[in-house]
Amino acid sequence: MKIPYPVLLKRHEDYPKWLPVVTSVGAVLLAFIISGIVLAATGANPFTVYSYFFKASFGSWGAFSDVIVKATPLLLIGLGCSLAFKMRLWNIGAEGQFFIGAFLASAVVMVPLVNLETTPRWAVIALMMLLGMAGGALWGFIPGYLKAKLSINEVIITLMLNYVAILWNNYWIFGTWSEAGFQMTKTFPRSAWLPRLADFADKIPAFSGMTAHAGILFGIIAAIIVYQIIYKSKWGYKITLIGDNPRAARYAGIDIARNTILVFMVSGALAGLAGMTEVSGVVHRLQERISTSYGFSGVIVAWLAKLNPFAVILVSILFGALLVASREIQPSGISFLIQGITLFLVISSDVLLKYEIKWVRPSQETAQ
Amino acid sequence: MTFTETPNAVPAVEMQDITLRFPGVLANDHVNFTMYPGEIHALLGENGAGKSTLMNVLTGLYKPQSGEIRIHGKKVSFNSPKDAIANGIGMVHQHFMLVENQTVTENILIGLDTPRFALNLKKYDQEISHLADQFGIHIDPTARIWQLSVGEQQRVEILKILYRGADILIMDEPTAVLAPQEADELIETLKGMAAQGKAIAFISHKLTEVKQVADKLTVLRRGRVTAERKDLENFTRESLASLMVGREVIFNLHKCEQTAGREVLRLEDVSAVNNKNLPALRNVDLALHEGEILGIAGVAGNGQSELVEVITGLRECTGNIWLEGKNIANKPPAFSISHGLAHIPEDRIGVGSAPNLSLTSNIIMKRYDQAPVSQKWQLNYVAADALANGLKDEYDIQAPNVQTQARKLSGGNLQKLILARELSSAPRLVVAMQPTRGLDVGAIENVQQLLLNQRAQGCAILLVSEDLDELLSLSDRIAVMYEGHVVGTICSGDFDITKIGLMMTGTLPQDLPPEAEASKPVAVGSISEFDEVLDHVKDFERIDEASPAGQPVILSEEAAEEPCGDDTSPSEQLEDPDAGLTEKERVLRKVLGKKYQKGDEE
Repeated sequence: MKIPYPVLLKRHEDYPKWLPVVTSVGAVLLAFIISGIVLAATGANPFTVYSYFFKASFGSWGAFSDVIVKATPLLLIGLGCSLAFKMRLWNIGAEGQFFIGAFLASAVVMVPLVNLETTPRWAVIALMMLLGMAGGALWGFIPGYLKAKLSINEVIITLMLNYVAILWNNYWIFGTWSEAGFQMTKTFPRSAWLPRLADFADKIPAFSGMTAHAGILFGIIAAIIVYQIIYKSKWGYKITLIGDNPRAARYAGIDIARNTILVFMVSGALAGLAGMTEVSGVVHRLQERISTSYGFSGVIVAWLAKLNPFAVILVSILFGALLVASREIQPSGISFLIQGITLFLVISSDVLLKYEIKWVRPSQETAQ
Repeated sequence: MTFTETPNAVPAVEMQDITLRFPGVLANDHVNFTMYPGEIHALLGENGAGKSTLMNVLTGLYKPQSGEIRIHGKKVSFNSPKDAIANGIGMVHQHFMLVENQTVTENILIGLDTPRFALNLKKYDQEISHLADQFGIHIDPTARIWQLSVGEQQRVEILKILYRGADILIMDEPTAVLAPQEADELIETLKGMAAQGKAIAFISHKLTEVKQVADKLTVLRRGRVTAERKDLENFTRESLASLMVGREVIFNLHKCEQTAGREVLRLEDVSAVNNKNLPALRNVDLALHEGEILGIAGVAGNGQSELVEVITGLRECTGNIWLEGKNIANKPPAFSISHGLAHIPEDRIGVGSAPNLSLTSNIIMKRYDQAPVSQKWQLNYVAADALANGLKDEYDIQAPNVQTQARKLSGGNLQKLILARELSSAPRLVVAMQPTRGLDVGAIENVQQLLLNQRAQGCAILLVSEDLDELLSLSDRIAVMYEGHVVGTICSGDFDITKIGLMMTGTLPQDLPPEAEASKPVAVGSISEFDEVLDHVKDFERIDEASPAGQPVILSEEAAEEPCGDDTSPSEQLEDPDAGLTEKERVLRKVLGKKYQKGDEE
C-alpha cells in the first residue's frame, strides 16, 4: 500500500500557550460541522437544527436557567475528575460516587437523622451536604485504598463500583423507602430543598419558574478551591509531581499511597456533593433516574477542559446546553452524537500539540 | 577467513557520510560503513560511541540528517523499519521481542501478511524447521517461548528475520546474554550463515570475541570511525582497546589532601532482595566518614543498585543503617532526606526528575516544604523561581529560563540540575550512582569537581560507578562488590587496577597473587588497561556463573574498618600455584580460566 502523499509527524518541543485553546475550540466547532453533515445526510437542515438548539438552551433566561441546572452536577464531577486526572488516577467511578452521595444525603430526610420540623433549613442542608460528600468520599476511598495498598487497577474497581452503587440505591427506592410501590422515595419536605431562583419570585418577578438552584454556587466555589489546590498549594505540587513521574515523587520523599487515597476521596466527595445537589435541588426525592450519566459526562468535561478548573465551568455549561437541547430535538441522540464527536476530536487534537504535521511531496522525499 | 573479497563484488550495505545529531549529541559524524555478502563485520566501540545509532539508521528507525545508504548497490531511503525489512535487513536486539505464551512458529509469523486469516500451523511448523535446518539452527517450532532458554530465544529471533528473507543481519551485542557454550554455538551459526552469503554486522565491545568471529572490523569512537581493518590477525587485544578508547583526556581535578573525620554512615549486616525476590545484598558492612569518598566498584548487577536503594529508603532491607546516629533502615525516603541525605540517582530521567515540569518544580522537589518556598499551605512560586534562578546561575544550567521543562535539557544540564538540587541543601551524605555516565567530557569534569568540592566541605560521599578510572581518581577508599557481598576494601595508597579487577570477579583479597598485591599503583588515565581487565572480568564472570563454585566469604572485620591512615592490607605469603608465570599471564589465567595457556597472548 502506497500513500501518494505520506504524512510526516515531526515532534515539536514547544508550542505557544494559545495553541491548546485553539485546538480545543476548533475541535468543538469541527464536531458541530461533522454532526451537521450527519444531520444533512438524514434529510434535516443543520442550520435549522442548530438554531433550535441555540434557542432551546440560550433562547431565554428560563432556558439558560435549565442549562445551569444540568451544568451543576457536571461541573462538580468534572472538577473532581480534574483533580484525580492531574495525578493520573483514572477515576471512572464518579457515577457511583454521585449515587452514594445522593443516597446518604437522602438518608437525612428518610431515616430521618434530624427532626425536620424543628431543625432550621440551613442546618438540614448543611448536614445533607456533609453526608453527601462523605458518601462520595467513602466510594472514592475504596478504589484509592485498593490501589495504594494492593496496586489494584482503579479503572476496573471504580467502573464496577458504579453498578454496586446504582443497585444499592435501587434496593432502597424499590424497597425500604419506596413510596406506594413506585421506584422513588416520598418528596422531601421544603426544609431539605436547596434554595432556587423561583423561591425569590415574590421579590424579583423575573425569577418565577426558574429552577436553577444554589448548587451552581457550590460548583463555582469548588472550582476556585480546586484551582487553588492544583496551582497554588503544596498539595497540588505533590499531586502534579506524582502525576508526572511517580518514581521521582517517591525519590523526593512524597508518600504516594497516602496521596492516592486522599485525592480519590476528594474527587469522590465532589461527585457525592453533585449527587446531593441533584436530590436536594432538582428532584427533591431519591429516585432511580437522578443521573443522565453525569458521572461519565463529567470525565469528558474534565478532559475537554484540559483539567483546568475554570475551563471546567465553561465546558460544563456547553454540555448542559447540549443536554437541555436534547429534550427539544428529536431524536434526542443528536446531542450525544455531538458530545461523542467532540470528545473524539479533542483527544485527537492532542496530536497537534505534540507533533507538527507535514505533507511530504514525492519530490521532497527524494531530496531528503 | 571464510570470505575473500572479490574486487567486483557489490557491497550488501554501503553507508556513506552518515551524520545524525541528537539534541546536544553528535551520534554519528560522517560515518562510512561497508559490508559485503558473506562477511561478518564487527562494530566495536564503547557505550555511546554510536554503534547502535548507526545500526538503527540502517534498520530505518532513525533518519540521518545527511549521508546515503545503498543496499546491493541500490540507493534507498528508509522511512520506517518496514522499509528496511523489505530491503532484506533484519536486526536481533539485545532485548528480545517475543510473545511468551505463543509457539516459536506463531512468533515468527507475527506481523506478516501471509497467512491472511486461517492459520495452518502444521504447514508453517515444517517450513520453519526446514529453514532452521538450512542454517544449522536447532529449535522445536512447536515449543512455547517461555519454555526456551535465552540462547534458544535468540535463535527464534534470528529465524524471525531469516524467515522474512533478510540477507543482512545485525546482531546487537548478541553474546551479552548468553552462557559461554551458547555463545560458542551462536558464533558457529553465524559463521555458517555467512558462508551461505549473508552479511552480518556484529556489535560488540568484547575484544576476544571479535577476534574469534569477525572477518572485518570497524571501530567507532564518539560517533566517528577511528579504524576500519581487515587484518584482524595482526591485532592484539591491546591495540584494539586503544583504538576503541583512544587517548583519553586526563582530567585536571583538584583533589585536596585531607584526613577523614568522624563517621557519618554505617551499614551493619545489611541484606536485601532484588525485584525478582532473589538475594541481592548479603550481610554488607560498610562505614563512611566526613570528607571521605567511598567508591563502590563491581560489575553491573552485583548489588550496587540495591545498596543505593536501601540507603536512600527506596528498598526494604534487614540489618541497620546508621546515618548521623539515626537508624534509617526501612524508613521512608522523607526521613533520610530530612537527616541530610542527598541522592544522585542512576536514572536521571526516570527517577531524578519530572520531565514535563519546569526547572523550578524540579529544583524544589525536596524543599517545597521548607521556607521560603513553603508558605503555610501554599507554595511561594516567586521564592521558588528565585531559588531556581540562583541555582541555575551557580551551577551553570544551560536553559532559556526556569520555566523550561526538564525534558528539554541535555543530559549534562539535567545532571547539573539534579546536582544543584541535591548539593545545595548542604547534605551530610551524598549517595551518587553513575553520576557521569553518558555525559560528555566537559560535563564529566564538572560533575566530578562538584563532588570533590563537597568532599572538601566535609560531606561524606558514596560513589557507585562502573567507570574504574573515575573511582580511582575520586575515591579515598574503594569497596569492591561481588554477588551482593563486599569482597574487600582498598585504601587509596594501595589502589591497583589488577587487584580491583580480580576482586570484581569475587577473588578475596587474601587470595590475590602476591605480585599483584605488591605491584605499584597504576597511573590514572591509562584507560586501555582498565578496559582490558574489565573485559576479562566480564568473561570470567560468565565462567563463574556457569560453575557452581563456592561463594566468597565476607570479611566483616576488613569491610567495616576505620578510615585509611596507614597501610592495612595484609601481606599474604601463600603458595603460588602459577609460579613461573609473569604477572600479566597470571591475571589472564585467573580471568580466562583453563582457556588460557602460556604464550597464548601474542
